[in-house]
Amino acid sequence: MSNFRIAGKGRVNRSRQVRFTFDGVDYTGYEGDTLASALLANGVHLVGRSFKYHRPRGILSAGSEEPNALVGTDRGNGRFEPNTRATVLEVFEGLKTESQNRWPSLTRDIGAVNDALYMLFSAGFYYKTFMWPKSFWDKVYEPVIRNAAGLGKAPTAPDPDVYASRFAHCDVLVVGGGAAGLAAALEAGRSGASVILCDEQSEIGGSLLSEPAAEINGQLAWDWLEDANAALAGMPNVTVLPRTTAIGYYHQNFIGLCQRLTDHLRIVPEGAPRERMWKVRAKQVVLAQGAIEKPLVFAGNDRPGVMLAGAARTYLNRYGVKVGNRVVVVTSHDSAWHAAFDLAKAGVEVAAIVDVRGTVPTQLAAAADALRIRTLIGWTVTGTRGRLRVSSVRVNPVGAGGKVGSAETIACDALLMSGGWTPSIHLFSHTQGSLTWNEDGQMFLPGRGKEDCCLAGAGKGRFGLKAAFEDGAAAGAAAAADAGFGVEPPAYHVEGELSFTGVTGRELPTDRDLGHAKAFVDFQNDVMAKDIRLAVREGFKSIEHIKRYTTTGMATDQGKTSNINGLAVASDALKRPIPAVGLTTFRPPYTPTSFGTFAGYNKGALFEVTRKTPIDGWAEENGAVFEPVSLWRRARYFPQGGEDMHAAVARECKAVRSSLGIFDASTLGKIEIVGPDAAEFMNRMYTNAWTKLAPGRCRYGLLLGEDGFIRDDGVIGRLAHDRFHVTTTTGGAARVLNMMEDYLQTEWPDLKVWLTSTTEQWSVIALNGPNARKLIEPFVEGIDLSDGAFPHMAMATGKICGVPTRLFRVSFTGELGFEINVPARYGRAVWEKLFEAGQRFGITPYGTETMHVLRAEKGYIIVGQDTDGTLTPDDAGLSWAIGKTKPDFVGKRSLSRPDMLAADRKQLVGLLTADPKTVLEEGAQIVLDPNQPVPMEMVGHVTSSYWSAELGRSIALAAIQGGRSLQGRTVHVPMPDKVHSATITGMVFVDPENTRLSA
Amino acid sequence: MLLIRCPYCEAERPEVEFTYAGEAHIARPADPSALSDDEWRDFLFIRTNPRGRHFERWRHMHGCGRFFNAVRDTVTDKFAMTYKAGEPRPSDEEIALAGSATSVGEARP
Ligand SMILES: [Zn+2]
Repeated sequence: MSNFRIAGKGRVNRSRQVRFTFDGVDYTGYEGDTLASALLANGVHLVGRSFKYHRPRGILSAGSEEPNALVGTDRGNGRFEPNTRATVLEVFEGLKTESQNRWPSLTRDIGAVNDALYMLFSAGFYYKTFMWPKSFWDKVYEPVIRNAAGLGKAPTAPDPDVYASRFAHCDVLVVGGGAAGLAAALEAGRSGASVILCDEQSEIGGSLLSEPAAEINGQLAWDWLEDANAALAGMPNVTVLPRTTAIGYYHQNFIGLCQRLTDHLRIVPEGAPRERMWKVRAKQVVLAQGAIEKPLVFAGNDRPGVMLAGAARTYLNRYGVKVGNRVVVVTSHDSAWHAAFDLAKAGVEVAAIVDVRGTVPTQLAAAADALRIRTLIGWTVTGTRGRLRVSSVRVNPVGAGGKVGSAETIACDALLMSGGWTPSIHLFSHTQGSLTWNEDGQMFLPGRGKEDCCLAGAGKGRFGLKAAFEDGAAAGAAAAADAGFGVEPPAYHVEGELSFTGVTGRELPTDRDLGHAKAFVDFQNDVMAKDIRLAVREGFKSIEHIKRYTTTGMATDQGKTSNINGLAVASDALKRPIPAVGLTTFRPPYTPTSFGTFAGYNKGALFEVTRKTPIDGWAEENGAVFEPVSLWRRARYFPQGGEDMHAAVARECKAVRSSLGIFDASTLGKIEIVGPDAAEFMNRMYTNAWTKLAPGRCRYGLLLGEDGFIRDDGVIGRLAHDRFHVTTTTGGAARVLNMMEDYLQTEWPDLKVWLTSTTEQWSVIALNGPNARKLIEPFVEGIDLSDGAFPHMAMATGKICGVPTRLFRVSFTGELGFEINVPARYGRAVWEKLFEAGQRFGITPYGTETMHVLRAEKGYIIVGQDTDGTLTPDDAGLSWAIGKTKPDFVGKRSLSRPDMLAADRKQLVGLLTADPKTVLEEGAQIVLDPNQPVPMEMVGHVTSSYWSAELGRSIALAAIQGGRSLQGRTVHVPMPDKVHSATITGMVFVDPENTRLSA
Repeated sequence: MLLIRCPYCEAERPEVEFTYAGEAHIARPADPSALSDDEWRDFLFIRTNPRGRHFERWRHMHGCGRFFNAVRDTVTDKFAMTYKAGEPRPSDEEIALAGSATSVGEARP
């Protein structure tokens, strides 16, 4: 196996070798390597296939901007992650990685046929190539594209990792731990301000890690760095977070930091979180994110072995890895020359430096001469060769007037390119800060900001170490001062600076047809320069439209290496200057972030609370099957001896109608309304009249929105002149209380009324059935339960089983019923006592399903099931619940709007199917004529539908246009199996005279 | 996540403690029956939906529970000021004064 490691170079730990695999092959690297540096050290450049064309791709960069080198990683125990960037993935012993987007293998990939079919995948191919013939879409094109395009494969198992999150506050947050960020953190730290410094890399240092030869204040860079890190570690007011990416910058200096905790570890401590989301509120923010090198746009610029010059320099100086044995450099910027010099000094043959500029700084040319490097000034690159790795580069001189001369081919095994540097302004852009175009530097720079933040160093176009240090120190001191801490920033003396002049290239000139050049702009989404020109030819003018049509910049890298090149190509094609074409908007997250980090602790049982009643434990012990009702879990039915739901519900219904059922109604919303104006408040809120309701009596209350539609309902008891016990639907409790508070606080603040949520203060046990009174009578103290003294819709306070109760005689089943409210802590004890005593009546616990059937048999509606926010009281057959003489209540005015009085409004009715065994589907649509052509005219829908054991047939409720005037009429319900017919009836199916209620 | 100043608690609290409650200064008519259908429609449904300064209601739901009013810019999302329910719509001068007292400074370029 080839070894490209250079002795004596780099910061990796040569004493700690690690073994890892890539596509099943064993490799070794060192602690401190990324997967990219370790693969390059083994001579591996080919690491993946591209998104659309399946072109062989290598490693472009040495950082988080990497568009090409995406791999699948397996950390064991179901921990598989696709699309991990090899340039940031730290290797450890036993790491397993694999290439993506290839079949059957990376070197022989069938999908590469797409590359020959590239005409099909040109700009906008989503919209046009596959539109004809239409019938081919779902049979041929769509499956083929799905199979061929895309990146990585999603893991199939649930994510086994845990993720943490934490809030933090600080005076100064510094994003980026390079020269500028370090200087800022040092000054802010020295001032006494509380400081957080974060950096996405495993080591703090940024570009200093690639600059061992620079001297800072008389110290070699790495010595200075060690001292700086030690100084920060010694400041108790400074928190340093490596492996931590600032992913988003939100309002009022709220920044999300994603800290990676265990991905680099061979052995993960049990239960240790994989990542942690820091939610930081900072008084001041210093953005020191540096700059990202731009590729050059020329034919064949995507071949493995073609990489950014700065990346090659990082692999050499930081990791001790040479990226090839014979390299060519092509550049429009000085900085790439330093890569050539460093490689030459390390013994690598530099075949040529091709600079597309007409002139270059003389000291660079002199330095190249001294190292005997051939320089081609004013030349261009017009192509590369090599199937799985670059083997040669085609270069041409560019004469006066831009005429491209005849080509020369230079053999090489790596081609290093640089098109200059793009300040990393992503986070600043998240704040909606404006950007200004810098013509000299050909770059966007931060303009007017919207938050308390400043930028420093290369991130705002100040290139070079001295500029970065001094700018960073000034920014750190200023931020600390704004946060109330004073410090005077020092000067920095730097030796060994790189040179940072250059031009931003357009697509490089060529002697060949540009229309056929595979010159890539966006490597990750496989967008070429000619795609952008095609989009412009087809009429797209806005960069936002060009971006979406060509997909340039829309991959997971958000165009970190491609945006400016894409903009330059578009600007040329549109013949408009770059600032007039504009820049697309950056959005969080800065780099791809795992869903787990966003979810944090909020998953599984902690995703949402499960509310349980005090009686829930009994239900669980007695075999209840539960269902969620809003946040509550409620017993749905209590199967016995292998019963299915149908059998259990039929048995439970029969028990209630014939003897006695017991039901946990504790989830009902409860609001205590108290005060001298309580009745007046009730009059204004509810449709019903409350003034004359005597204490000790209940009334069904109906609540509308101001628009006149039903919002909620429930039985309301009057405890005293100034006190009401209001019940709401289970799901509506919080909404109703909010609505009441709103009116009370903002419309009628003069009313003397207090509202208290009492839902969880009371356990509610509903007893229904002819034997209900017989059961409870012996246990009740202080209340005469005889029908005369305590009739239907009576309520009283007293004691049951020795504990205080608010006892209601109400029924949601049509049977004699009581709702026993006891303080929540007694709920289960009272339930168990009554259940035990009820054995002589065959007392039967029942769940929500039976409750639904029983109430439907009586035509009692459930708000939210039989109503959908568009039904008025009259639509629901509840006109009787409106206090006719009341001058006003919420929603009253709306009830007389013309649309609310229309005859063809949907009205609730009963439905009986022609075939009594057919139970209609809830939600099924209803038509009058089943033979009409599709699409049919629908006149309503089924809202509730059950098997009624009592009647030995199915029953249903439905909302049908003008339904009440269609009594006896046959309607039709198309369902998947057949069209069923049914007859419209009244809503009450059982005991229409309500004789059982007054039993 | 925004910080919102509750005028009752007299403190800034994170947005998650609050719920939005629609446009402010739309009082329920004292006698709805006196309104024409069109007037009632306007009260129910017609809102200003401005691009820029918006007077709106919030509730300190997970705090003191009070409804209050706020002036917020719908483009920048920034709150200029908050004030108690029932207080009159603040003037331009009052909003400018409150804004300068509480807004963050501009970034140094
Ligand atoms: Zn408050």
